Amino acid sequence: MAGTSNLDVGYVARLARINLTEDEAKIFQKQLGDVLNYVEKLGRVDVAGIEAAAHALPVFNVFREDAPRDWFTAELALSNAPRQTNGLFIVPKVVE
Amino acid sequence: MTGNDLPALNIADLQSLLRRREVSPRELISALRGRIEAIDPDVGAYLSLDFDTASKEAEHANVDLPLGGIPIAIKDIINVSGQPCTCASTILNGYRAPYDATVIQKLRTAGAIPFGKTNLDEFAMGSSTENSALKSTRNPWDLSRVPGGSSGGSAAAVAADEAFGALGSDTGGSIRQPAALCGVVGLKPTYGRVSRFGLVAFASSLDQIGPVTKTVRDAALIMNAIAGHDPQDSTALSAPVPDYMASLRNDLRGVRLGLPKEYMIDGIDPQVRAAIDAAVKQLNSLGAEIIEVSLPSTEYAVAVYYIIATAEASANLARFDGVRYGYRAENPKDVLDLYGRTREQGFGPEVKRRIILGTYVLSSGYYDAYYLRAQKVRELIRRDFAGVFEKVDALISPTSPVAAFKFGERAADPLQMYLADIFTIAANLAGICGISIPCGFAELDGHRLPIGLQLLGKTLDEARILQIAHAYEQSTDWHKARPPIRVAPAKSIGKSRQPPERPV
Repeated sequence: MAGTSNLDVGYVARLARINLTEDEAKIFQKQLGDVLNYVEKLGRVDVAGIEAAAHALPVFNVFREDAPRDWFTAELALSNAPRQTNGLFIVPKVVE
Repeated sequence: MTGNDLPALNIADLQSLLRRREVSPRELISALRGRIEAIDPDVGAYLSLDFDTASKEAEHANVDLPLGGIPIAIKDIINVSGQPCTCASTILNGYRAPYDATVIQKLRTAGAIPFGKTNLDEFAMGSSTENSALKSTRNPWDLSRVPGGSSGGSAAAVAADEAFGALGSDTGGSIRQPAALCGVVGLKPTYGRVSRFGLVAFASSLDQIGPVTKTVRDAALIMNAIAGHDPQDSTALSAPVPDYMASLRNDLRGVRLGLPKEYMIDGIDPQVRAAIDAAVKQLNSLGAEIIEVSLPSTEYAVAVYYIIATAEASANLARFDGVRYGYRAENPKDVLDLYGRTREQGFGPEVKRRIILGTYVLSSGYYDAYYLRAQKVRELIRRDFAGVFEKVDALISPTSPVAAFKFGERAADPLQMYLADIFTIAANLAGICGISIPCGFAELDGHRLPIGLQLLGKTLDEARILQIAHAYEQSTDWHKARPPIRVAPAKSIGKSRQPPERPV
């Protein structure tokens, strides 16, 4: 398995869109390093020929009728938005 | 029967009182309210309560329905229309659920009344409820100890007679472990037996909603109401739902129970081990045959879990970005700054740790080594169970290797906290059902602390583990013991019960 020294908490936190303080990054680096060391044991398991289990039970191709039904109004869907106007969510400018 | 006696009753007993019109649904709500107002300043089981709405619903409750007029507490990670759903996180500050989860609709159809939302580890990530960003929940058996987690509020509420029954959710033991530590019954159904629609997702391939109750019979009653197919959850199984009450019998002749030898590890507290040994003898005396079995992949379960659960969490929690609901950082300079600071300020340390770990194991270059390999080992774990269930009807183990621990005792070391889930995690990975029931007490520092017995059953075999659990329960008195909690004189509240420090 990948060596635990490869974990760069600061880099992965940026991928996850979470800002970290320097102290937090330092603590997490140590704690997650311990967890990654612990999961190294999976490298010892012989998994040749084993198919990955995405779900515990074999359930495939579940369909439901494609029919319209009552659901949220736009107003209700927006009711929890921290910022909204004219039936739209407000976000900072994305494109210059 | 006075209002003061009502909170101690179980659901089945309440039903008969309600149906004989000896008590009204409104009186139940009011008795529960009195108990909660007296006890909850010490226990801290609830994050929000809405007795006004509950009393109105109680006025036109139909007590002849299966759960008619019965108030049920709901873990605050399940959406109840019009109520907060905080997930015990700052990031859902101010959120009000615009809809009912399917389990809530089903409870209402059965006549039950949701009235309050219970505390949990933030987004159900934890084993002690210490990761709640909003408040501390204390174990009713010893207020200096944790109630377990993540459904710690639900378990503490039921144990302290602040709820007749509750819903929890279980991703790696989050119903069964707090039930064990608080001395109540907790059932994790088979993956897909109960709809997850309206449960805020933590790890979608592992999460399952289930009941926390005072007796096995009550767990069966709630399962009758909430189990079944749901077009809104493609993983909800369409298999017919049996009458779980019909399976409850008192003898175990012909039942084969397996003792996994890998579960008899050194880390089990001697008092827990003694209680489990005695329970095995008791089950044997009720007619069950006890067989030693082997689950060779057991030692990998915790490692597999903390890769798969965090990977799924990192994707599920991407939706908390300060745009559609909840907390939003002030004055973002651009959209990345909005995401980064909203999530920095909105999530607690354990949630951040898990999102970062999950992002890492899914990231380019590491996916095969961690996530894909974990899924393959998960398949081996599933095969282990499928193999032993050809020889036995159910498996026996402790629910937790230890009784309730003190605040802060494990919080500083996430890995130690994760290892507390060693007996419960495999059931979620394999998708099978499991139940924890009271089976004795440990004596620690002059306090009696409950011990839980776990029974694991095969896929969709809830009726069988309920039957075994019921037979055991009816032959013992453990479930009748109540915690020694007293209504505290007002002056001590808040003084001796300062919230413990939240771990980083």
